[in-house]
Amino acid sequence: MSMAESHKKLERNVTLLAVGAFVAVAIGGIVEIAPLFWIDNTIEKVDGMRPYTPLEQAGRDIYVREGCYSCHSQMIRPFRDEVERYGHYSLAAESMYDHPFQWGSKRTGPDLARVGGRYSDDWHVQHLKNPQSVVPESVMPSYGFLSTTDLQVADAAAQLRALSHVGVPYGRDEIANAKADLAAQANPEKDGVGLMARYPKAQIRDFDGNPGKLTEMDALVAYLQMLGTLVDVSSAAAQEELATEKGR
Amino acid sequence: METSIAKIGLWFALLILAILAVAGAQDTGFAVHMWIFAAVAFGGMWVTAVRYDPLARVQGIFRMPTDPSRYDDDPIRWGVIATMFWGAAGFLAGLFIALQLAFPALNFEPYLNFGRVRPLHTSAVIFAFGGNALIATSFYVVQRTCRARLAFPALARFVFWGYQLFIVLAASGYLLGVTQSREYAEPEWYVDIWLTIVWLSYAAVFIGTIVRRHEPHIYVANWFYLAFILTVAMLHVVNNLAVPISFLGSRSYSAFAGVQDALTQWWYGHNAVGFFLTAGFLAMMYYFVPKQAERPVYSYRLSIIHFWSLIFLYIWAGPHHLHYTALPDWAQTLGMVFSIMLWMPSWGGMINGLMTLNGAWDKVRTDPIIRMMVMALAFYGMSTFEGPMLSIKSVNSLSHYTDWTIGHVHSGALGWNGMITFACVYYLVPRLWKRERLYSLRMINWHFWLATIGIVFYAASMWVAGITQGLMWREYGADGYLVNSFADTVSALHPMYLMRAFGGFLYLTGFVIMLVNVWKTITGCIRIEAPMSDAAFDPEKDRPITSGRPAAIPAE
Amino acid sequence: MDYNTLRHLADSWGLLAMLAIFLSLCAWPFRPGARTRNNDAAKLIFKDDNDG
Repeated sequence: MSMAESHKKLERNVTLLAVGAFVAVAIGGIVEIAPLFWIDNTIEKVDGMRPYTPLEQAGRDIYVREGCYSCHSQMIRPFRDEVERYGHYSLAAESMYDHPFQWGSKRTGPDLARVGGRYSDDWHVQHLKNPQSVVPESVMPSYGFLSTTDLQVADAAAQLRALSHVGVPYGRDEIANAKADLAAQANPEKDGVGLMARYPKAQIRDFDGNPGKLTEMDALVAYLQMLGTLVDVSSAAAQEELATEKGR
Repeated sequence: METSIAKIGLWFALLILAILAVAGAQDTGFAVHMWIFAAVAFGGMWVTAVRYDPLARVQGIFRMPTDPSRYDDDPIRWGVIATMFWGAAGFLAGLFIALQLAFPALNFEPYLNFGRVRPLHTSAVIFAFGGNALIATSFYVVQRTCRARLAFPALARFVFWGYQLFIVLAASGYLLGVTQSREYAEPEWYVDIWLTIVWLSYAAVFIGTIVRRHEPHIYVANWFYLAFILTVAMLHVVNNLAVPISFLGSRSYSAFAGVQDALTQWWYGHNAVGFFLTAGFLAMMYYFVPKQAERPVYSYRLSIIHFWSLIFLYIWAGPHHLHYTALPDWAQTLGMVFSIMLWMPSWGGMINGLMTLNGAWDKVRTDPIIRMMVMALAFYGMSTFEGPMLSIKSVNSLSHYTDWTIGHVHSGALGWNGMITFACVYYLVPRLWKRERLYSLRMINWHFWLATIGIVFYAASMWVAGITQGLMWREYGADGYLVNSFADTVSALHPMYLMRAFGGFLYLTGFVIMLVNVWKTITGCIRIEAPMSDAAFDPEKDRPITSGRPAAIPAE
Repeated sequence: MDYNTLRHLADSWGLLAMLAIFLSLCAWPFRPGARTRNNDAAKLIFKDDNDG
């Protein structure tokens, strides 16, 4: 069959056209995405990374629900000004347990990748209730309702189980204690030893200034206060990891 | 009779399932959505039971012709009305969030905060306005170019109504906080499954119609529609892979994490632009521009090259959304290189569209629909130049995270997608409703200028805002310290945000004029107005320009 | 088949194959005999006076 004949066929056969088009659009995605699942610098773990505590994960779900990613990135690029403004540039491993990722695409507000520990809990609560009261120029909406809304997690264990299905290493212990851990992290009166053992560097305290009540504000502030605090980027191990991380 | 009883049974089963889901729902958002499903099922049951055809009545309101015609145009007429409705909703939401950024007091927590309304705006304009325009025009074009009625007419109606249900679920979900936070793919798992069903039905109707064609060739517009439908199916399914916490709750967790998740999302996100907003709308261009200009496309050969190179190159460009992030360097470079190469097929397509007017350029003056098409192609050319430029890593280091990106998107969306959709709707409405002509051509002219000036305000203010922001973030003083706090950069943008909102207001005003024009055309009115004519012929002036020089003396 | 072999393949034969496919696809519409067919296809949208 001559080439002209074969083209005539393709031009007139919708199945061939569809298959040809599908092959053409499939190649790029396969070549770019597939290697990310097995090359070293995207799947390697660094010291300090651990899955989120149930309370942090609940806060993260609120962060997602409110669309915070529309205005805040969580990805510091390796430029002098960004590193000075926000802290050490973000490592691939730091978002390895993020389902979904929250890198964002727009900075109407500042980057939050390392916001944890930079402000007090009180500041965060006041800022979320009325952003303009602490930053007059801010165009951020207010989120006062978070401090009056009880944190409702239908099934904390099911939440961790779903995450373990997509590859977050929550063990039997974490899943069994999910509900207790959720309450324990915002209540220093309770025994936090088990929680600390399961989630090193977990911060246990009342976050919203209202110890009587576990609110959505508790969860969101707990999440914000842990962002970027897990990996000690200046430690030797992290430095070594950075040296092998190519391409930036 | 049996079939209608079977139908009632099916609706009833759906109704029971939905009510059970409401009873067991783990969160309010899911419960509300199941109520919507229940309401639809109840409506379906009711309609079947009383054998009452409510659509006939509504079709009366919209003056839809009922006489049998050569092609199946009912779903197309509905599609045009839906395009107009969702366009109004989406543009209004856009103006609202633009004003929120200028005046934060306009945020009404929790349901109308910026973070919840912004996906409502993007989904309403891309998927509701753009999507309905694509479905309607593809059904129109595929029938005319194949000389065949739609295959599976019942399924075509399901596609239309099923797609509207998807939009309602998506939009109400955002306001209720049901989102998976993937930009332009925010709806949760069960809405994604619903859209997959609708989309595969759409593919079946479209491909089925091509299979049944009475015409040896498959016209190039159908190639683009086909690539758009297939690729969007692939992107949608892969990007939305997720595990729900409970089958009775709205929340799910993405199958991928971190770097892998980011690249999957932007592979999707960029190709939502590439295939939804480009390939699909190029299909509209390849049919409606030649039809309105009454001359065949400039080069059919070029259109074939355009097709293969565009679809092959576009899919690689996603990583340019992740420059200088934790994504490996080689992927970023690939994304940048392919984005720059993409400039060529994009401009090939633009040239092919513009050159179709070769020999008929006077129509730009006399035909406001052609003028809109030309402006759409010009904006397509501008934004497909700006895109590759922004994908260059050193440019991107300044522009990324700023409003420059927002400006770029809108010069493409308002200029290219908006203008070409308006032109196609203006083309379609008199033909679909069997009217002699549109209510008013002069109103198209008003629409054209309001939209164009609106885009200029929008794009210019966002360029200035983006570059200002990027430069202020990286500004160092002589003492070696950063000069501006983040809050300084926010307050510096306030005037730009005002100008942007003004541009959006002009664009919306133009659209309101279009709504009036379309409605009047549908009701059968014709505005008495002076025709948009060419300059009158003046024999006095029709002579060579001699400009005072002495006439040339013929050489001896 | 590990990452490195794939990467070398992509850098050499894969790239060449893609270029070859691309060039032949570009040459396609210009093969002899395509002109009339393309003209037919381009004009098919004008065959009907009335598009129903």
